[in-house]
This record gives sequence, C-alpha cells and structure tokens, in this order.
Amino acid sequence: MATHAAALQERRAPVAREIPHTVSPGLWTLAWRRLRSDRVGMVSLVIVALFIVMMILSGAGLIASDWNREVGVNYAPPSFLGGETAAGASAARSGLPATETAPQGAEYKSNVADPIGDVIEKLKAGEAGGKGAKTDRGESQPAAAPPATSESSEESVDPLASVMADIRAGKGVEAEVKPIERKATLPFGGDKWGRDVVKKTIKGSETSIFVGLASAALATFLGTLFGAVAGYFGKWVDDVFNWFYSVFSSVPYLLLILAVAAVLQQKGVITVILILGLTGWTGVFRLLRAEYLKHKGREYVQAADAVGASNARRMFLHIFPNVSHVVLVQLSILVVGFIKAEVILSFLGFGVPVDVVSWGSMLNEAQNELILGKWWQLVAATVAMAVLVTAFSLFTDALRDALDPKLKGRAGA
Amino acid sequence: MSGYIVRRIWQMIPTMLGVVLLVFILFNWVGGDPAYVLAGKISNQEQIDNIRRQLGVDQPYWVQLGIFLKQIVTADFGASWSTNERVSHILLTRLGPSLTVLVPLTILSTLIAIGLALAVAYVRGSLTDRMVMIVCTVGLSVSILVYIIVFQYVFAYKLGWFPVQGWGDAFFQNLFVYASLPILIGLVVSIAPDLRLYRTFVLDEINQDYVRTARAKGVAENRIMWIHVLRNASIPIITNLMAGLPALLLGQFLIERFFSIPGIGREVILAVERSDFPVIKAITVYVAVATILTNLLADLTYKAVDPRVQLK
Repeated sequence: MATHAAALQERRAPVAREIPHTVSPGLWTLAWRRLRSDRVGMVSLVIVALFIVMMILSGAGLIASDWNREVGVNYAPPSFLGGETAAGASAARSGLPATETAPQGAEYKSNVADPIGDVIEKLKAGEAGGKGAKTDRGESQPAAAPPATSESSEESVDPLASVMADIRAGKGVEAEVKPIERKATLPFGGDKWGRDVVKKTIKGSETSIFVGLASAALATFLGTLFGAVAGYFGKWVDDVFNWFYSVFSSVPYLLLILAVAAVLQQKGVITVILILGLTGWTGVFRLLRAEYLKHKGREYVQAADAVGASNARRMFLHIFPNVSHVVLVQLSILVVGFIKAEVILSFLGFGVPVDVVSWGSMLNEAQNELILGKWWQLVAATVAMAVLVTAFSLFTDALRDALDPKLKGRAGA
Repeated sequence: MSGYIVRRIWQMIPTMLGVVLLVFILFNWVGGDPAYVLAGKISNQEQIDNIRRQLGVDQPYWVQLGIFLKQIVTADFGASWSTNERVSHILLTRLGPSLTVLVPLTILSTLIAIGLALAVAYVRGSLTDRMVMIVCTVGLSVSILVYIIVFQYVFAYKLGWFPVQGWGDAFFQNLFVYASLPILIGLVVSIAPDLRLYRTFVLDEINQDYVRTARAKGVAENRIMWIHVLRNASIPIITNLMAGLPALLLGQFLIERFFSIPGIGREVILAVERSDFPVIKAITVYVAVATILTNLLADLTYKAVDPRVQLK
C-alpha cells in the first residue's frame, strides 16, 4: 500500500541513484528526514511534545493535582516582585467594579448577581487560614501583615460581622482539618483564592489541549469518513454529502457553535468536544472528497478491485494511506483552531463547567483582576497559550512542507 | 449573465431548506422541548401545556416546521423570550451599531493588509519579510480575548484615550468616540491573518511572465506592483474578503460584548446566555441566507474583476 506512494515519491525527486539495490525510503521516512532537517519545525515539535507530556502527566494526576488548594494569600503576588504589592490586595478588593462579571469560581458557582459573593469570599479566607493562622502569619511573615490588618478593620464596619462570626464558629471544625500555612508570595503569583497560578495554568493547559486534540480528532474523523464516502461512491451519495456540506458551511462557524451551545444545556468537557467536533468537519471533508475522487480511478485501486477487495477495504486500506498526509495536516490545523475556539467558549461561559479550569476561564478571571493590577494570571494563561499555538502553527507548516514539498514556501512563515 | 444568476438562485433553494431544517432540528429536537426551556423554573404542568400550545410544539413535527418556515418568510419570529421585544425589531436596531464598527474596520484592514502584503512580498525573503511574518505568526497565537482585555485596560482604563465602553445615539459620536478603540483592536486582530494570506496571493503573481514583460519594457516598479500585480492578486483577495463578510458580522461579537456595543454579535451572546431561542434562530437563518447571497455576489465580482472568468 505505502509502496505505491513511495514509488511516486521516488519519481518526483530526481535523485541520482547509484546504488540500485538499497531499499528505497517510504513516504513517511522521507517526510521525517525533511522534518528533521527543518530546524524551526523540530524546535516546535519538541515544544508541542512537552505540552502534550504535561497534559498527560497532569491528566494522570502526577503534577498539579493539588491546583485547587489555596496555598497563598488572596492575589499572592509573584515571588520575584516581593511582597510589597500584597498591601494592594485588600485595598483593591473593595474597589471591585460594579460591572464585574462573575469569576468562574472553583467550588462556588457564584454568578454576577450573587448577593452573598462577598460573604462567601470572606468565609473562604477565614475558613482556610483560620483565625490562629492570621496572627501567626503577621508575626512570621511581615509581608502579609497589611492585608491581615486591613481585613480585620473591614470586618469592624461590616454589618454582617456577627453573622460571619457565627458561620466561622460553625466552620471551626473544618478550619482544624485544613492547617495550610498561606504563603505571602507564590512563584508566579496566586489567584483570587490564593491558588498557585503555575499549577492552575498547567491544569488549564490540560483542559484546553485535551479539548483541542479530542475535538480535532472527532472533526477529522467525521470529515474523512464523509469525504471518503462521498468521493468514492460519487453519484447521489456525493450529492447528499455535498448538500450536507453546503448547509453546514453556509452558517458561519462561530454562530453554529453558539447555536449548538445554546441548545445543549448541560455543560461539560465532552459537550465542548462534541460542539467543536460536530461543527468543524467541513474543511476536511472538502479536501478529502477531492482526494478520493482523484484516487478512486487510479491503477492501484483498480488492481485492488480486480483481486476482489471490498469497497470498505479499498477506501480505508488502499486509498487512505495515500491521502493520510492530507488528513494529518488538516488535523494539525484544526487543533490550533479548536484550542482558540475553546478558550473563547469557556471565556463566555459556554465552554467547560466552572469547576474545570481552562485557559478561557483563567482569562475570564484575569479580566477583572487586571483592573485591580493583578496581571499575573493573565500573563500566565496568555504565555502558555501563545507558546503552544505558535509552536503548533509552525509545526503544522513544517509538517506540510515535509509531507508535500511541492507546497514549500507557499504559506508564509 | 441573468440566466446564470437565476440558475444560481434556483440552486440555493435546497441549501436554504437544509439550513432551515438544521436549525429546526437543533432547536426543536436536539435541545429537547423548547417549552421547558421557556418555562424555566416553573414546573407547573398546566403552565407548560399553555406554553406548548402557544409555541405550537404540541403539534406534529411537520406542522411545527411549517410554522417555522412561515416565520422565516414573513420575518416574524414573534417576541424575544426574555425581553419581549419583537425579534424583527431587535435585528433591525442591532444592525446599525454592528455596521458602524464593521464597515470602517473592513475597509481599513483590507487597505492596510493589501499595502503591507505588496510591500512585504516585494522584499520577499529579506529580513523585513521574515520579521513581519514572525510577528504575524506570534500575533495570531495570542487569543483575541487578550488583545481586547489589554487594549481596553491600557488605552481606555489607564491612559483614558478612549471611553472604556458605551454607545451613544449620534452616528458621528459613535463612529469617532465609541467605535475607534474597537476598530483599532479589530485591525490588530484581523491584519495578521489577512497579511499572511494576501502575501501568498501576491507572491503567486509576482513571478509571472507578465511582470517580467512589464519590467522589460520599463514600467516603473510602483506601477508594476499597484497596477499589474494588484489587479491579478485582487481576484483571490476579493473572494476571501466576500466569503468572510457574514462571519465578520459575528466575528466582532467579543468586541461588541466587551465594549457594550448594542450590535448583532452581542445580541447573539445575550441570546445564548438567556436561552432566547427565537433570537438565535432568526439570526442563524438570516446570516446563513446572507452568506449564501454573498457567495453569489463574490462570484459576480470575480467576473467583474477578471473578464477571463467564465461563469457556468
């Protein structure tokens, strides 16, 4: 099967063959060699591989499994800034703009109009730190003293202070089992609840990359299947699938996604994957249909027919390996697009549920934090996403060049 | 020519019916009973039955489809489920603000992208070319959300050059005060992909024989690039531009949301947030119709720009 492609490849490259008896390299070997010689491509491949390893490790619970623990003070600044901005944390908190959209809270499904949001927030602060920890912190880590004192002064004017005291008393047992010493600073800062931004970013990467890969796989699978069937059988089957294609492609992609998101009420990672996968197959379909049209009349397919291979066998065992490079490049392009789409969906609150962190939900929180001067979560999510997407795009370009050298240099950088 | 247009419009009918069917299946079947969505927290069976009767969902599917078709043709989708505003009124009033941002943005971004693409393609392979392409690639990798958040924070909130958000009643105030930062962000976001694409279109033309001929007979370089090359490269550029127009209308939805611009995009997001099905249905169907029509328009423009093209 692949030998045919290899033979084609040989014919394309007029390399002087002085030793005729060596085994000629196949398409994939040649492509791999070309990719290896592409420095930018290899660097981006390594970066993409690192991200995927990170995703797997995080998914297996080996790293960042405790991302949800509140290890630092609220909005703990990055360590390299020192503790001086810690004073701003509590001061800025009262300055929360009225138009604040709800942070995609972890356990607390707070929403915009949540009247007890502040109470919960304070409750959390008290619950995890405990009263004892507050005084301890003041002595052992002077950096954190300002927020602690201003917090207590805030309580004195708080009309709900007595209620809070009751609630805290009730929660006293829990405060005992959570003896976490809250740090004043964290390696790259903390979020609203004092969770480590680095771990959060790793966890967010896991979600975003997984959604990107899985939905791209689903869309590519559908597009390939439809394209193969339409291109191979032709006639009315082709007409039906073409109609299907023109219907799906005449609704702008983002609108289609939002419409499906509106209809599917339950939120979840699987839902996002389904939304993106079921709507994103059109590009793959168009290309694969053309490829199958081209290939179905070729001699090797006729030969397969002559030896009695079934339609399915010819489509997927004979033709597919010869068009798989198109599939691979399309898959790679889709991953980037879907990662971006997931970020936007989750940002708008139509994506992953609130208790799953993703780059999109991080950006949503960061939007409000930025006004308070807490830029680290925004930077962490942005950098992680930009590095991965840049690497993935460059890798896609390198992959396309390696698999289809005729196209080299056509698609820009 | 007119025969071609008539034939194309005839061919659109199955696609349009398909879109209607898709939207119908999505909202009346995949999403479950719309009455329960509308009823929300009310679990009173009697009320739900009432709503079902009002929506017509107690009828067989083909009657419901008929109702939906009638709604589309008469442009009467009834009232919004959440604000009780007429859907047709929503669409008409939201179109203006969207276009106020969209039209200047499209014109500016196309002109800038074409100019830059010609310049960059002219010095192809040079350090400038490579730097611009790297900046584009990296710039494309940052989410549009980040651009909006950071620009709004820096230019509107910190520096105060623009209003943070809002929209007025006067057209020129909207265009020059409220729409300027959204347009600026839109430019930053849309130029990078356009530039990459247009550069390849120009590169395809720049090595053609007619360019060499023009040089040989002593045509000035500027004239070669702007008249000879651009005329030929504009065919794929126009196709790309026209194909992207309806999506652009919605593509600005994040910008509209952040800057509280009462446009179509923001309306879609609000409607999705509130499960306001009539609004989403109406927008989806009409935007799809607009897409199909602009595709035809793109083909006709194609013919106008390139007389060699034969429309079949």
